[in-house]
Amino acid sequence: MTADARSAPATGGPEVAADAGSAPASGGSGADPGRGRVLVAMSGGVDSSVAAARLLDAGREVVGVTMKLWGGPSDTGCCSVADVDDARWVADRLGIEHHVFNFGDHFQRRVVDPYVADHAAGRTPNPCVECNRHVKFDRLLRRADALGFDEVATGHHARVVSTPSGPRLARGADRAKDQSYVLHMLAPSVLARLLLPVGETTKDEVRAEARARGLVTAAKPDSQDVCFITSAAGRRAFLGDRIPLRPGRVMDAAGRQRGRVDAVELVTVGQRRGLGPSGDGSPRYVLDVDTESLTVTVGARADLERHRTPLESWDWTDGPVAGPAQVQVQVQVQVQVQTSAHGTPADARIEEAPDQPGWVVAWDRPHRIVAPGQSVVAYVGDMVVGGGIAARPGPVEAPAR
Amino acid sequence: MAEPPEIYLDHAASTPLRPQARAAWLAAAAAHQANPTGAHRAARRARQALDDARARVAAALGAEPGEVVFTSGGSEADNLAVRGALGASRGLAVTSAGEHHAVLEPVERSGGRVVPIDRRGLIDYRALAETLAAANTAEPAEAESPSVRSGAETPAAAANGDGSGSGEVAVVSVIAVNNEVGSITPLAEVAELVRSAAPGALLHTDAVQAVNWIDVAAETAGYDLVSITGHKIGGPVGIGALIVRSGAELDPLIVGGGQERGRRAGTPDVAGAAALAAALEATVSERGRLIADTEARRDRLLGTLIDRLGDRVQISAAPDGDRAHLAAGFANVCFNGVQSEALLFLLDEAGVRASAASSCSSGAQDPSHVLAAMGVPRELALGSLRLSLGHTTADSDIDRAAEVIVAAVERLDRHGGG
Repeated sequence: MTADARSAPATGGPEVAADAGSAPASGGSGADPGRGRVLVAMSGGVDSSVAAARLLDAGREVVGVTMKLWGGPSDTGCCSVADVDDARWVADRLGIEHHVFNFGDHFQRRVVDPYVADHAAGRTPNPCVECNRHVKFDRLLRRADALGFDEVATGHHARVVSTPSGPRLARGADRAKDQSYVLHMLAPSVLARLLLPVGETTKDEVRAEARARGLVTAAKPDSQDVCFITSAAGRRAFLGDRIPLRPGRVMDAAGRQRGRVDAVELVTVGQRRGLGPSGDGSPRYVLDVDTESLTVTVGARADLERHRTPLESWDWTDGPVAGPAQVQVQVQVQVQVQTSAHGTPADARIEEAPDQPGWVVAWDRPHRIVAPGQSVVAYVGDMVVGGGIAARPGPVEAPAR
Repeated sequence: MAEPPEIYLDHAASTPLRPQARAAWLAAAAAHQANPTGAHRAARRARQALDDARARVAAALGAEPGEVVFTSGGSEADNLAVRGALGASRGLAVTSAGEHHAVLEPVERSGGRVVPIDRRGLIDYRALAETLAAANTAEPAEAESPSVRSGAETPAAAANGDGSGSGEVAVVSVIAVNNEVGSITPLAEVAELVRSAAPGALLHTDAVQAVNWIDVAAETAGYDLVSITGHKIGGPVGIGALIVRSGAELDPLIVGGGQERGRRAGTPDVAGAAALAAALEATVSERGRLIADTEARRDRLLGTLIDRLGDRVQISAAPDGDRAHLAAGFANVCFNGVQSEALLFLLDEAGVRASAASSCSSGAQDPSHVLAAMGVPRELALGSLRLSLGHTTADSDIDRAAEVIVAAVERLDRHGGG
């Protein structure tokens, strides 16, 4: 445990209590040894290893669990036998029980199948968000209930803070590793039972602590890729085994054919590469993917800039926020496999859609087009105030009213 | 919180060491560190101990001493039987869908045939007969009966000359007592069928679970190859044996030393062999009483579960309630609407050690291939629990375990199955 992570002990409590959880104001700190048992989701990575260790130090009764989600090939992430072994090793080292839960059926049904269906529909889903929504913070939580655990902990870099209206999710202390984006959907009832013991510390501190504790996971690289797609086979092979990949036309907004793509299902709104030569040498970007007419619409860089991002779903955490917020979209980068980079938050308001029920992001300054299916998360300060999923933006932005 | 007393009901996974085996093991380990293949007196003493163990294992299993090949355990014995037979006479391997993976995988990798099992966990005779007839008369491409799976074509299959391209059946393997559900294969009937339909084939049985529950010496008399292992009968982990009847040709899996008459290279485990012999003798001599006592306990356990949980509980391999074909030590049940993993967690917490289908390498519970092959609906199979009794099981264990299981199932019922 790093010295700077340590805050003053609460009255009479064990000294280690305060650093096991999040801020002093935290609703889910894990600091109270009088509370019940905690089920710690241990992925086999460094963060959840240190999370378990800290809870143990805080006097909690801790049981580790690794979820087996995917039986197929995987580079890393939540799925491999080697990761389970690492988690088991850490649990043994800490002297806690460790179990493996096979949620493979659930993962297939709630994460993989929708991922494939989204691509077939020309959308760009974020499976990590859906995994958190349906597997880690739904299925696992129900299992924890059934087994008599009061709380669940993970190694995510985010914080649970208490507010007058209940617990809220906030960004982790390490801005570069903040994972509040992929947890944005967690309801207050979930947050009230969730402990995020590394949310107050930086990744470097977590690694240093893991090294100091002699945990084998100290130097493991961060997992970033979609865990069920290998870099060797890639997204094309994964999807190609499951859905037909169909060739399509590349058109410009004026209706002229500008080329062809061999699989419209692999094209993402906003992408630049893989569209073939443009003819005049100017870069072209994908503005729209229509898997029904097998048409990819492209345009110039300027056409990417949008004033609004339509939303197909939106949930406010604690009621609508009328004022300005910072809105973040996780930018999808097309390399051989789909990797995600952290999006840069931009100033915007979430407004009621002008012509139909629902919400729309109104950017203060034009924002790069958002692929349909991407998660959009709004913050006020560090606090998540709402989140949803981007709708299809269309090749051309309708004029503002 | 005080740790609850342990009730061990996972004997089919591994059963506690018998005192006779422990004594023999330690004594042999202390006395015989020399390599029994050496030429000096110490080596000779070790070899004598090994030969003594070999003779006792042979006697307990109705074999000749020269027919006993010591292995590292059941998986190696099974692999040696299937792969060794395929290596010696290129042809087809045939087995049942209910086998242990140590048989199933070698057969599938070689491009062999997998015959269905029925709802009671027993091999489908008709499908077996059809498979053998088809394999011995037709080209393999046409040999597949629709009900019979063909293993994947792999480099291993190609290495067997033409893999499944050879129609001759080289080896037929059937499990004597199913390791998940406890069904006892009528070995004599299967042998009769195989001998008439595929006279050239070697006949193997995986008797790893069977030694406790059937008269293996008598029942396997017609089999060329018989696998056993120590830790299922109160011997140590790490020692097993394959009976290879004289005349049965096998290619070794491990070469480089010629031990075990060229059938398994490597310095023999004298202490393990001595312990295996002791465990085997103890098991065989106590078998009659163990079967009677265990059957009574098993039936009491099942009776309590059925009384308390009604049709929430089903005996996995006894759809009509008739359990005459089930070995005494097995109570494999399915709890409708309950998740095995959650159930096992609660049982473990309450001191009851059991298992579900079979643990995969990650430690997660994978749906059982045996229950699937039996036609148990997947939803039901996800709620399976294997309670396996053995030589240390006491009456009081049964009553306590039944209480714990009923309480756990009722708790999970209140939480959507877990």
